[in-house]
Amino acid sequence: MRDVAVVAFAQSPSVRQDSVHNEVEILTPVIAEAIKRSGIPRKQIGFTCSGSCDYLAGVPFAFVQALDAVGAWPPIRESHVEMDGAWALYEAWVRLQIGDVDSALVYGFGKSSIGDPREISVAQLDPYYLAPLGPDSVSVAAIQARALLESNGHTERDLAEVAARSLRNAKTNPNAQVKGDFEPDELLEAPYDVSPLRSRDCPPISDGAAAVVLVAGDLARKVCERPAWITGNDHRIEAHSLGARDLAKSPSAALAAEKAGVGDGPVDVAELHAPFSHQELILRAAMGLGEEVEINPSGGALAANPIMAAGLIRIGEAASRIMDGSANRVLGHATSGPCLQQNLVCVMEAR
Amino acid sequence: MAERCAVAGIGQTKHGAKRTDVSMAGLVREAALRALEDAEMTWQDIDAVVIGKAPDMFEGVMMPELYLADALGAAGKPIMRVHTAGSVGGSTAIVASHLVHGGVFERVLTLAYEKQSESEATWALTVRIPFSLPLVAGAGGYFAPTIRQYIQRSGAPDDIGTIVAVKDRQNALRNPYAHLRMEGITAETVKQSPMLWDPLRYLDACPSSDGACAMVLTDEKNAARVKTPAWVLATAMRSEPISFPGRDEVSPRAGRVAAAELYREAGITNPRKEIDVAEVYVPFSWYEPMWMENLGFAPKNEGWKMTAEGATAFDGDMPINPSGGVLSSNPIGASGMIRFAEAAMQVRGQAGEHQVDGAKVALGHAYGGGSQYFAMWVVGSERN
Repeated sequence: MRDVAVVAFAQSPSVRQDSVHNEVEILTPVIAEAIKRSGIPRKQIGFTCSGSCDYLAGVPFAFVQALDAVGAWPPIRESHVEMDGAWALYEAWVRLQIGDVDSALVYGFGKSSIGDPREISVAQLDPYYLAPLGPDSVSVAAIQARALLESNGHTERDLAEVAARSLRNAKTNPNAQVKGDFEPDELLEAPYDVSPLRSRDCPPISDGAAAVVLVAGDLARKVCERPAWITGNDHRIEAHSLGARDLAKSPSAALAAEKAGVGDGPVDVAELHAPFSHQELILRAAMGLGEEVEINPSGGALAANPIMAAGLIRIGEAASRIMDGSANRVLGHATSGPCLQQNLVCVMEAR
Repeated sequence: MAERCAVAGIGQTKHGAKRTDVSMAGLVREAALRALEDAEMTWQDIDAVVIGKAPDMFEGVMMPELYLADALGAAGKPIMRVHTAGSVGGSTAIVASHLVHGGVFERVLTLAYEKQSESEATWALTVRIPFSLPLVAGAGGYFAPTIRQYIQRSGAPDDIGTIVAVKDRQNALRNPYAHLRMEGITAETVKQSPMLWDPLRYLDACPSSDGACAMVLTDEKNAARVKTPAWVLATAMRSEPISFPGRDEVSPRAGRVAAAELYREAGITNPRKEIDVAEVYVPFSWYEPMWMENLGFAPKNEGWKMTAEGATAFDGDMPINPSGGVLSSNPIGASGMIRFAEAAMQVRGQAGEHQVDGAKVALGHAYGGGSQYFAMWVVGSERN
């Protein structure tokens, strides 16, 4: 594999509802900032790839307008995935393997506030057998949380501890949306949203965007003091039907982590895209992340969850720990689909 | 490119207005199984899946690849979903080829589909959001003014579109997978069809289809197991913004730049001469002469002469869309991949009744959005 590194990351603050800016206006300063930090002139960027979802905006081709934020003139080599920006980063990483281009801009964006993401998520389920039943994203996640609690001794207090730590960590993250000091006991006093999940176990509705610049080989060393070198990058999916899976486990996350080489060395920091508190526990177990691994210093998706950017933000936040010198080996993770159906793991190292 | 990439298997569904005999999963599986059979492989041989389709509103399922993972044998594997508007079928094949060229995987299943009968495409394309450019009347309403601009600046005779509309439907009669089968179609039939968006009549426009197309792409080692692989000699993708002053929408720069890069990479200096056959994305008849110019097959303002002189006919010197093209089958998200796959079928000599004799180098082309997304590849019967 060709050496490719994250050399720059930028994100917008995540907010409950940005009623002033459209997607292009949210993206424009984020992309400009990432490009500026990369030190690569915009016109020299060899490939561009983005991730977004038409159903968030409620229109076809929602990504077309976003080209205006990129400055696609003269015409650029460009692609788009209807997936979280983390998969756009994967596509760009693959593109850089070929060797004819050395740099790539990746971005992901979404304004979840335009609609009701909880209800919209029903449209993501099997249209013949599952969607007609109408289970929204929190209900589906609650089925998984229940499966976890009943399978291996985890308790609702464990979920509350994940939530409390996430929101506490978010206090130092200027881009986080929900933050504060909460005691697990205090969180446990809240009513259920969908049992066993309470509101702090669930992600906020967020508008936001993120951008990353990837650079290959010598150029990365030239433009960045401490590039976050991608040493493993893999993603896997599992069956869609909830009834066909052991929801308390995540074999696709385990396999992606194995293929990405997570276990080949100590992990200092893991940024896990766990929109629901119990999913962090499932992911830690699947990837074999012990107590020594610092999880989600950014606060994670419980603190800010701009759909289609939240996974890319995990990779960007993890890479930032390498670039700022506070960690030597990190992983960023992204998930998609109901109950962690699809998972991506990107391992990055300092050299 | 680091690793060579070959098309080792191709499969299509029978395209039709309403494939009510299959679910979406059944539709994609029909194409995928044919591609696997053609490649003499099974699901177990596939390392990764790359799937593409146009807007999710065409079926009303958000990110349907999640649900389709089971049908595509993707459990335990990577699957990616590409969406680059109408060019997506082509872009999806190119993203899959990158996985092979980049040495990441050896055997990749790529597939594109649309099941348009689940929804109404013109409605889905007409949704308007505040402060953005409305498409208002579907794709035909959007492209008709551009076509009028082409006619005005090239001085093309009025009947050029009609020639293409007849020619592609006649070609489709040679293609068992084509949606439209219009026996006995003539220029008169086209001219008597209702005017939809001047100068486009009903029969100048593509149909709305259910259909899927799949290919198995492999590295050189795995290509050795099939008798006639099609080698991917070059790929190119380019995008430009939809709207700004001075933009030439008749012959977009993104298309010209992509074609130039494609030919350079494939070592082609005279595309009209060195390319034997092309499958070009022509959803409205007039786009054939327009793309002839954009692709460098004809000088500016002279693309219509190729059509008028019969050069683009099945027995012409530059056959365009011997399969019948988008005008005969249009499952939108798959239409680009069908172009790419048909090009590969030609150089593999497997195009049956619409086989162009001696085709060794072929071009597949797709475009999308407001003529702003371009994807193309050149495939050959010999390695480069």
